[in-house]
Amino acid sequence: MIEPALRVEGVRKSYGHVEVLKGINMQVKPGEVACLVGPSGSGKSTFLRCINHLEKINSGRLYVHGDLVGYEEKKGRLYELSDREVCRKRAEIGMVFQSFNLFQHMSVLENIIEAPMRVLKISKEEAVMYARELLELVGLSGREESFPKQLSGGQQQRVAITRALAMRPKLMLFDEPTSALDPELVGEVLTAMQDLANSGMTMIVVTHEMGFARKVADTVAFMDAGLIVESGPPDQLLDHPQHERTKSFFSKVL
Amino acid sequence: MDSNKEQGPISSTPVSSEATILNAVPIRHYGRWIATLFLLLVALVMAKSLITNPRFRWGIVGDYIISAPILAGLRLTFMLTVVAQLLGIFIGIILAIMRLSSNRVLARAAWIYIWFFRGTPLLVQLIFWYNISALYPEISIGIPFGPTFWQGNANDLITPFAVAILGLALNEGAYMAEIVRGGIVGIDRGQGESAKALGMTHMQTLRRIVLPQAVKVIIPPTGNQTILMLKTTSLVSVLALADLLYTAQTIYARTFETMPLLMVVSLWYLGITSVLTFGQFFLERHFTEGKHVRTSFTQRITGRVSMRGSSAKLGDGGSQ
Repeated sequence: MIEPALRVEGVRKSYGHVEVLKGINMQVKPGEVACLVGPSGSGKSTFLRCINHLEKINSGRLYVHGDLVGYEEKKGRLYELSDREVCRKRAEIGMVFQSFNLFQHMSVLENIIEAPMRVLKISKEEAVMYARELLELVGLSGREESFPKQLSGGQQQRVAITRALAMRPKLMLFDEPTSALDPELVGEVLTAMQDLANSGMTMIVVTHEMGFARKVADTVAFMDAGLIVESGPPDQLLDHPQHERTKSFFSKVL
Repeated sequence: MDSNKEQGPISSTPVSSEATILNAVPIRHYGRWIATLFLLLVALVMAKSLITNPRFRWGIVGDYIISAPILAGLRLTFMLTVVAQLLGIFIGIILAIMRLSSNRVLARAAWIYIWFFRGTPLLVQLIFWYNISALYPEISIGIPFGPTFWQGNANDLITPFAVAILGLALNEGAYMAEIVRGGIVGIDRGQGESAKALGMTHMQTLRRIVLPQAVKVIIPPTGNQTILMLKTTSLVSVLALADLLYTAQTIYARTFETMPLLMVVSLWYLGITSVLTFGQFFLERHFTEGKHVRTSFTQRITGRVSMRGSSAKLGDGGSQ
């Protein structure tokens, strides 16, 4: 049996007394694209941030490629990993944010080569070469010296995707990558993501773009109030939802 | 819609340049004119007095301004300013990082430090450090409750110069800590998060992503602090350190040429402040990212900023 890219067992997460994740179970196979949909505040983004340990979980188990995220299990006890070890694991997981979060004081090229040079200790020449290669794939050749502020939102998000890919991740997380974009710029980012999915990348995408989910996703999971209410292939979930909550959500957004 | 009209309000035919010039009578700003006249008058009276009042004794100012003792005092003042400020910035960065730490003991320790040093007068602190040997006549280096490696007399170790540097820097560190913290907190959380998501460690994130961006916000108040420090160093006269002011005081105590020597001192303080202001301007310009909204030094002084350069670049962005 192949080890799943992501295995989640009973994950819970609270902020103070507010429980935002109430026992999430999920599996994503290598090469699969999973879309997480659901109303705002349902815990989608929090769950995504737990996968690369930007948020610590309170209980349950979360495995990426068979490795426990953020902890080490020895003789039935959990030991928290050091900053350095957490970082090494994170380097294998790419993440794209809603607000792009490009480093404002760096050019496009510097944004992309920073982590490969500092974290993976790749030489500058090699990092620059790979960065140019990736930029060409997302259609941003010639923009190497631009600063983030000089780019449109769509261009910034494509740079952010490139920056994540430059780390050669095995898994990509997208946190509402098109929600902060002007409607006319959404297409270019979705196209880049679709190309990435076609290349065989394992992706977990929090999105409100149902068209993208239908076209690209292998699995769509509907989240509400900290739980995955229902999941399945896109056609089945979007067209024939079983639960009342799922039905009422899709009747409003589709 | 009457789209057939040839000359609509948004016509694309070029308008002759003469038509765009308005022959309107501008508003008369009587208030501003009176204020301007008044200021000119005040300036004139002051200039006349500076030149014609013989009691300024500008000749004596000229005699002393580059005299050896004054220059020696100036050198000390400048040294104290630079060393104490640099140390203060260093202490400030460490305290700011401590205050933002998730470890409560570190954060609280930094808070207490800042509370203490901002809460007591610098003059008191300086005199306190000067008399520290009254509390601890012997100073030793070693492991607490363990062996001692080195021991010395506090009076030999703590010279007035060391006290001045120590007092000024420790005090400055408290103020710089708040400035640095403000700079760090002002950076969007997403910057640090995306760095972490890329696998950068806490220190890498701070050093490569957060601090370089915070610097832009930190420089203007730091320039302010440096200029303040320049003048605050004059407090060290209580330690009998021959800085610029103390040197002048010892001279006029002997010769009674109080006013001319205060003029000498003021001119030097003004001179160094100008140099520091100039330096701050270039630092700020260096750290202005994208480097497209640039102002020249004279524009900065007169408060006039040309928007031509920046708007051209904005158009290039596309998304605006």
